[in-house]
Amino acid sequence: MSDEDIKKKRRWFGLGKEKSETETLNEETAEQAVETTEEEAKPSFFKRLTKGLSRSSGAISEGVTSIFTKARLDSETLQELEDVLITADLGVETTMAITGKLAKDRFDKEISAEEIKSFVAGEVAAILKPLVTPFEINPAHSPHVVLMVGVNGAGKTTTIGKMAHRAKDEGLKVMLAAGDTFRAAAIDQLKVWGERVGAPVIARDVGADAAGLAFDALERAKHEGVDVLFIDTAGRLQNKTELMAELEKITRVIKKLDPTAPHSVLLVLDATTGQNALNQAKVFTEIAGVTGLIMTKLDGTARGGILVAVAAKQGLPIHAIGVGESIEDFQPFDADDFAKALVGLDSSAPEPAQ
Amino acid sequence: MFETLSDRLNGVLNKLTQRGALKEQDVKDALREVRVALLEADVALPVVKRFIEHVTERAVGQEVLRSVTPGQQIIKIVHDNLVDVLGGNEPPETSAINLNVVPPAVVLMAGLQGSGKTTMTAKIGRRLTQRDKKKVLLASLDVRRPAAQEQLRVLGEQVGVATLPIVEGQMPLDIARRAVEAGKLGGYDVVILDTAGRVTVDEELMQEVADVAAATDPAETLLVVDSLTGQDAVNVAEQFGARLSLTGVALTRVDGDGRGGAALSMRAVTGCPIKFLGTGEKMEALEDFHADRVANRILDMGDIVGLVEKAAESIDKEKAAKIAKKMKKGTFDLEDLSDQLRQMRKLGGMGSILGLLPGIGKAKKQLAEANLDDKVLIHQEALISSMTPKERRNPKLLNASRKKRIAKGAGLTVQDVNKLIKMHRQMADMMKKMAKSGMKGMFDAVPENMELPEGDMPSGLGGSMAPGGLPGLGSPGGLPGLGGGGGLPPGLLGNRKKK
Repeated sequence: MSDEDIKKKRRWFGLGKEKSETETLNEETAEQAVETTEEEAKPSFFKRLTKGLSRSSGAISEGVTSIFTKARLDSETLQELEDVLITADLGVETTMAITGKLAKDRFDKEISAEEIKSFVAGEVAAILKPLVTPFEINPAHSPHVVLMVGVNGAGKTTTIGKMAHRAKDEGLKVMLAAGDTFRAAAIDQLKVWGERVGAPVIARDVGADAAGLAFDALERAKHEGVDVLFIDTAGRLQNKTELMAELEKITRVIKKLDPTAPHSVLLVLDATTGQNALNQAKVFTEIAGVTGLIMTKLDGTARGGILVAVAAKQGLPIHAIGVGESIEDFQPFDADDFAKALVGLDSSAPEPAQ
Repeated sequence: MFETLSDRLNGVLNKLTQRGALKEQDVKDALREVRVALLEADVALPVVKRFIEHVTERAVGQEVLRSVTPGQQIIKIVHDNLVDVLGGNEPPETSAINLNVVPPAVVLMAGLQGSGKTTMTAKIGRRLTQRDKKKVLLASLDVRRPAAQEQLRVLGEQVGVATLPIVEGQMPLDIARRAVEAGKLGGYDVVILDTAGRVTVDEELMQEVADVAAATDPAETLLVVDSLTGQDAVNVAEQFGARLSLTGVALTRVDGDGRGGAALSMRAVTGCPIKFLGTGEKMEALEDFHADRVANRILDMGDIVGLVEKAAESIDKEKAAKIAKKMKKGTFDLEDLSDQLRQMRKLGGMGSILGLLPGIGKAKKQLAEANLDDKVLIHQEALISSMTPKERRNPKLLNASRKKRIAKGAGLTVQDVNKLIKMHRQMADMMKKMAKSGMKGMFDAVPENMELPEGDMPSGLGGSMAPGGLPGLGSPGGLPGLGGGGGLPPGLLGNRKKK
């Protein structure tokens, strides 16, 4: 593959921040298409996120406003702020760290509700920002192998569908492997996505060995010159030793064909999950070597504050979030917007002080 | 589930019991820690607040602090309040599915995406069919997720429960009507409607599920909640509660290592009893909910009644009785051991069983550290199946060359064979001893005493429970390894350490 080819294929998912590289597309229409999605993507990310988080941010925002009836920051207000953050699933530890910092800086000093919000948003953004990493497909790998992992019902298959669609849109040759050989109809579910997206789906019967299937899929993907292979896996709770061993086996087996694979191991986290997500991130990383996070279901009332706790603890790159069921609802992650939406600040508010 | 919360709470509370006199401040400090432990377990904040308030109110009272054992008293108060929060003071019938209507009784399942509705639907269908001998029809109204209807159809087939034939392109409300109609015409007792997962802010879908409820007049409307849910559980309960008249909660993924916060919150925030716990991927992994037992589990007091019931449900009674007889005679052979290993796996494996035992927290950690999983059981079974029937009946036959052959057959080593034989010998010896001391087999006692009040264990079990092992169950119940003093037989652990 020539350098030019590599350049042409190398795309970011979503925001298309690598504009210079899209220029290699000589068709003007394609260029425009990329630009429009770019322009829409950003506001729509915030809008959708805010829509999704409106209840929760409303809760935090109201919380902050209602607790803050005094001009000075006292221990009672701090305790209440603590409660507000905990109800956003930030977890006790992260919450304490944030309120502790606020107390240190501003205790017994005058402070407004807006200032508290801005402070919290700033802290949250500061935790998340270093971890924001757009999901990238490395064209040097042929194919780039993406392994999706997570507990049951987190949204792995749906996320694959959305990502495959995007990859396809960006002109990549995509293949899907139905590695969830356990759940009834999971294979059919992925096949439906394969049809929608127009990507071949490698599948075996229910109950087949997932590692073997992954091996076959990679072999075929290599043979057919596929750019990106998404391997779905069965949902598993991280405390099930045997199931985690099976996952480890999948990674081991595909390494036989490509020692660098899987190139991306994406942990799908459900935004409604509580503190257990910390364990999920820890154990899946230990066993399958998670390279990045995707948070789904942020379109509900869930606040997704657990993402902040996971980020603070595990420091895993955050790629994207799912804010709805349609394909466009899959968005790259923006730390400032997320932080502001979480505490109920306007997106046009100045970047929170850090 | 519950273990971490249990560890934390016990750590805090044990500190209290170790001291003679308690000051009000001691209690308050301890309760502050309890508060954090509960929040870290994802118990909803309002529930935590109320809980701490109630406990404080009673715990700092003069009579507690002045009593001889204030620590114990406080543990009791915490326990009572846990039971209360979990809904323990309800009459038992509220936790069963209400079928007391003109058939077919409609059961509506609702919840967020990925909460486990479809699996729960199939599990309940299986339970009602097999245990309660009801004629059940399952119908999926999920036209959104690709292949969701297919998923329920396959699960229905697996558990032997009828599912409504899929009509492409039909809308949920029409499917619901068709299901009820089919239920009437087909003489079904129960029709379970599995709905699509939905976020509570999706007005259209929330209206849809409300319409389905209005059209089918369900006898039960169950909210399916993932037990790993965080603080959002409150919103979920409120939002669904506002649109549907919920009659109960089904908690899924209770077999995860979540700390069970949702279990503690749901009763309080929905005002409905928790009716079912989904405890595994297998279709039989469904438990009834008992507030007092869960409270016991949280405070590491074990759930022996649950274990006994579980055993009774999945164990082959006749086989068990036969083994019991053999044990009494002291002729417990490898064939029987093999049966027991199988039973044990049927019960959900070691982890699942250990979780129900009292004071086992430490042993459980040991297990985790030794990385002991159910593979050991599988290996031992493999060894036994590599023996000839003659060898199984008479392990004394096993000489070096036979052992070598067996090890080869099972793909293991001669040491593994030796370990197995040693374990079997120890168990056989122990059983002989027990038989002499006149222990009553657990199984003799169980079926008649299924509705045992708490604390009143079958004599054999209760007595033999004391040292911490489980010899009582060791008899026909299928818990071979767990006998002996420390809970873990040397054979089992030894197998692993070498690795």
